[in-house]
Amino acid sequence: MTLVSGWLLYGWIIAVQTKTKKTLAKPNIRNVVVVDGVRTPFLLSGTSYKDLMPHDLARAALTGLLHRTSVPKEVVDYIIFGTVIQEVKTSNVAREAALGAGFSDKTPAHTVTMACISANQAMTTGVGLIASGQCDVIVAGGVELMSDIPIRHSRKMRKLMLDLNKAKSMGQRLSLISKFRFNFLAPELPAVAEFSTNETMGHSADRLAAAFAVSRLEQDEYALRSHSLAKKAQDEGLLSDVVPFKVPGKDTVTKDNGIRPSSLEQMAKLKPAFIKPYGTVTAANSSFLTDGASAVLIMAEEKALAMGYKPKAYLRDFMYVSQDPKDQLLLGPTYATPKVLEKAGLTINDIDAFEFHEAFSGQILANFKAMDSDWFAENYMSRKTKVGLPPLEKFNNWGGSLSLGHPFGATGCRLVMAAANRLRKEGGQYGLVAACAAGGQGHAMIVEAYPK
Amino acid sequence: MVACRAIGILSRFSAFRILRSRGYICRNFTGSSALLTRTHINYGVKGDVAVVRINSPNSKVNTLSKELHSEFSEVMNEIWASDQIRSAVLISSKPGCFIAGADINMLAACKTLQEVTQLSQEAQRIVEKLEKSTKPIVAAINGSCLGGGLEVGVPAALDMMLTGRSIRADRAKKMGLVDQLVEPLGPGLKPPEERTMEYLEEVAITFAKGLADKKISPKRDKGLVETFYFTELTAYAMTIPFVRQQVYKKVEEKVRKQTKGLYPAPLKIIDVVKTGIEQGSDAGYLSESQKFGELVMTKESKALMGLYHGQVLCKKNKFGAPQKDVKHLAILGAGLMGAGIAQVSVDKGLKTILKDATLTALDRGQQQVFKGLNDKVKKKALTSFERDSIFSNLTGQLDYQGFEKADMVIEAVFEDLSLKHRVLKEVEAVIPDHCIFASNTSALPISEIAAVSKRPEKVIGMHYFSPVDKMQLLEIITTEKTSKDTSASAVAVGLKQGKVIIVVKDGPGFYTTRCLAPMMSEVIRILQEGVDPKKLDSLTTSFGFPVGAATLVDEVGVDVAKHVAEDLGKVFGERFGGGNPELLTQMVSKGFLGRKSGKGFYIYQEGVKRKDLNSDMDSILASLKLPPKSEVSSDEDIQFRLVTRFVNEAVMCLQEGILATPAEGDIGAVFGLGFPPCLGGPFRFVDLYGAQKTVDRLKKYEAAYGKQFTPCQLLADHANSPNKKFYQ
Repeated sequence: MTLVSGWLLYGWIIAVQTKTKKTLAKPNIRNVVVVDGVRTPFLLSGTSYKDLMPHDLARAALTGLLHRTSVPKEVVDYIIFGTVIQEVKTSNVAREAALGAGFSDKTPAHTVTMACISANQAMTTGVGLIASGQCDVIVAGGVELMSDIPIRHSRKMRKLMLDLNKAKSMGQRLSLISKFRFNFLAPELPAVAEFSTNETMGHSADRLAAAFAVSRLEQDEYALRSHSLAKKAQDEGLLSDVVPFKVPGKDTVTKDNGIRPSSLEQMAKLKPAFIKPYGTVTAANSSFLTDGASAVLIMAEEKALAMGYKPKAYLRDFMYVSQDPKDQLLLGPTYATPKVLEKAGLTINDIDAFEFHEAFSGQILANFKAMDSDWFAENYMSRKTKVGLPPLEKFNNWGGSLSLGHPFGATGCRLVMAAANRLRKEGGQYGLVAACAAGGQGHAMIVEAYPK
Repeated sequence: MVACRAIGILSRFSAFRILRSRGYICRNFTGSSALLTRTHINYGVKGDVAVVRINSPNSKVNTLSKELHSEFSEVMNEIWASDQIRSAVLISSKPGCFIAGADINMLAACKTLQEVTQLSQEAQRIVEKLEKSTKPIVAAINGSCLGGGLEVGVPAALDMMLTGRSIRADRAKKMGLVDQLVEPLGPGLKPPEERTMEYLEEVAITFAKGLADKKISPKRDKGLVETFYFTELTAYAMTIPFVRQQVYKKVEEKVRKQTKGLYPAPLKIIDVVKTGIEQGSDAGYLSESQKFGELVMTKESKALMGLYHGQVLCKKNKFGAPQKDVKHLAILGAGLMGAGIAQVSVDKGLKTILKDATLTALDRGQQQVFKGLNDKVKKKALTSFERDSIFSNLTGQLDYQGFEKADMVIEAVFEDLSLKHRVLKEVEAVIPDHCIFASNTSALPISEIAAVSKRPEKVIGMHYFSPVDKMQLLEIITTEKTSKDTSASAVAVGLKQGKVIIVVKDGPGFYTTRCLAPMMSEVIRILQEGVDPKKLDSLTTSFGFPVGAATLVDEVGVDVAKHVAEDLGKVFGERFGGGNPELLTQMVSKGFLGRKSGKGFYIYQEGVKRKDLNSDMDSILASLKLPPKSEVSSDEDIQFRLVTRFVNEAVMCLQEGILATPAEGDIGAVFGLGFPPCLGGPFRFVDLYGAQKTVDRLKKYEAAYGKQFTPCQLLADHANSPNKKFYQ
């Protein structure tokens, strides 16, 4: 009896080893699918979206999703949005946007924040709610509006104003006012630097590139690749997740406006943006400040099928990692990739479409070098061998954050939709999404094509 | 002076210095090859840039030695002669150290003034050559760059020469001492330190090339040094001889005031600068090398070099590595000492429990730790994030929770034997078997504290000095029963806390308190004899003590001083007599406890720097007045009465085996009690001043006051055989 079942088990293991490309469904866990996803065009901040508020953009993504999927609004159990720089008036931007987008006021919504992987967190939170049986239908998304950021009064001025509120007599008020100094009026900008280290991300990226000996030329070449591929994808109409957005008082925006293939000669002329004068990270090989929003419709597979949908992809194993926010701020993909692959029982060779967030050329190339280094794997990842290099021909084939833009809170959904759409278009089965984030965190997720 | 500062760190930055270039001149290629094997310097050529690497063999730091000098000038001559080379980069092969300064052993080996002068001149010639180099030279500095190293890298400003203080790299950039900063890199494809050095070299090469190709101009923004000291107006003013004289005078006055004329170096530096400005740089260089030679030969220089060596010795664990590393520390008592110990522990990554009996006391202690860290944030030595993360190593609590994980408990409760017994028993009931119990007492014998212990081999004394975060010394006291591993562990913790450590045998007052007590007794007698506390303070500080004797009593606490005087008085009897302890008793009864109570010999007010005498002391002093003895009451006699009692007791500690070595005695006296550093410590003092002269002094005072001044046997032995020295 035991002998027989042992042989059976052995046979099963053989099957796994020889045919790695099976489906990643797990016993006793609900399959979660992406029905579809959309995004507003991503724009350079300070352009057509500059007079909007974040929930306006988020609303545009939500109405776009409603339009694209025709999902009946009452079936949506929950809405989750990611955002990074919060507008204080709409701190739960998910709720404000949902109400305005015509979702049912009976559908609860919350907002999450995890730097550049906020939308990823929104989606995986949804995956968790579905897998645990709490919900069947989730809308997840993200939004960022860098055209307007909350600039505050200084702490001293705020204190003075708050104390004035509480002052009871004219005398108290006058004595408070007498404490006013002109320098109280100096404004406080939202931190562009890592709070723990006080180092800006660009500066850290430059040091990271130097640590991995990534040259300026390599970075410029990679950025040029990103812009060229994005241009090609845009021209060929591959960026099908983009929905047009009629901006109030302005023309309808139909496409991303940050895609600008240049020449290496032009790029070489730029001065370093962070470590002056000898750094290698420049405006041309970094992602730019972007406005944009995205949203995806996630469902339990059986629910989607019951409703007659043909889903685009499964959302499979995912992984969050974190490491030293000073010297390894942007190495998240290197750490997350092997872990999520192991969890899913895949190898890097099984992946057909890589969609990595491109914060900086230098960051992507440093991650490549780290993934290709046995020394790094042994010394910093407690691994015996290197992670392995993603083949460039499968990597960010339709452009990336460098060229398409990077609205912090919204990029995650774009990555997942790019992976899903590429798998459909190219006929692949597995996609790998990975991203780094401020705070030294990182994320990776396996996207599996839904059988046609 | 340079030597004592030879160990320091230039924080997290690496830096650059571009030495002035004066254009490119073609010279004939001499054909000498770079393949010569050199031990201190080697160089390679990358493109048209020579990369000169400095690497003193078998040493953690690079020091300016004779060999380095000669190899360096050889290499530089080749570089200047080569047609192929258009610029050069100077860099160290040791991450974290460019050049730490002159080789102290080289200086110590010099027998005559001329030898030192010659060494100095050789160094000058190199620096001068570098300054006049026709090819641009970039110094790529990572880590400490001090003394001579700084001169190779940068020409120093007056203030830096005089104070020798260390400057962080970012500040150095602001001052215009360095031209560019390179921040250290994190992990990449190589160990971070290695790659950072490579990167520094790469960037330095780009700069060197840029300078040679005239793409980068060596002209730099005026740094603070220039803006502060040489704004146009002052630059003009400095051309007027009269103004210059005034400036010299002013600087000299200030220096005299700060050094009390006890340290010859700063005044000589002013002389040299003056000569340089008034008579031209050649005369300046000559004067500099001569004065340097004179300085190296002084007693002060010998004393300070001795301290340097002593300090190196006291930074080692002679007991070897302990069996178990202390990771969890618990401190009993959140007073000044307890909280101070906590502060120097948490910032080294030790998980620390701070326990007290009341919430008020605990609050105060935790606030002290926080303030200590926050002050570093204000000085930009820490980021607020680092502060928070360090502070999270501290747990304040009122109970014994978590003590079951403690590897070491340090008690810093009130100096009361029965209380110490009580906490020892309480603690032993909750700590694991391997846990060490250390007592931070300043006078209670450890063996008496250990008497109630179930495991006396785990009991040890760790005597910290107040304020703990500033005072470098830790006196570790072992009893007959203390195990070697317990000692090893205590030393390891102390070293981790950044302390300079002396290990002494148990006995009343151990070493430090025991030396201080007779001197304090003398302080009281001198005050009773009618010397005003201010006058006494000035006599002691002008002898080289950093804190005046009367102020010291106020700082230590009058109640503590009284406690110690009584305890040790009982044990040592007449020898510790002299002043009437009644003076301290009366002060305590009136609440004049020193700084902590706002009144002692002086009045202390928050925010008031000036100290006024406490006039209420007049009646106490008057009631205990003693007639002064005129034959031993000159200013000099008063100074020597204090110092010789100190020295005599220190030598007695060595004689009795409380001290293992004279070096530890000197380190303990200088770093724990403020014995004048220029004298090098009590033992160095006897060697340099002369044992016979010391004994003569003691005998003179013995004749006036009796037993308290009787020279101890070991001191008498040294006086009798002039060849006997504490340091051979």
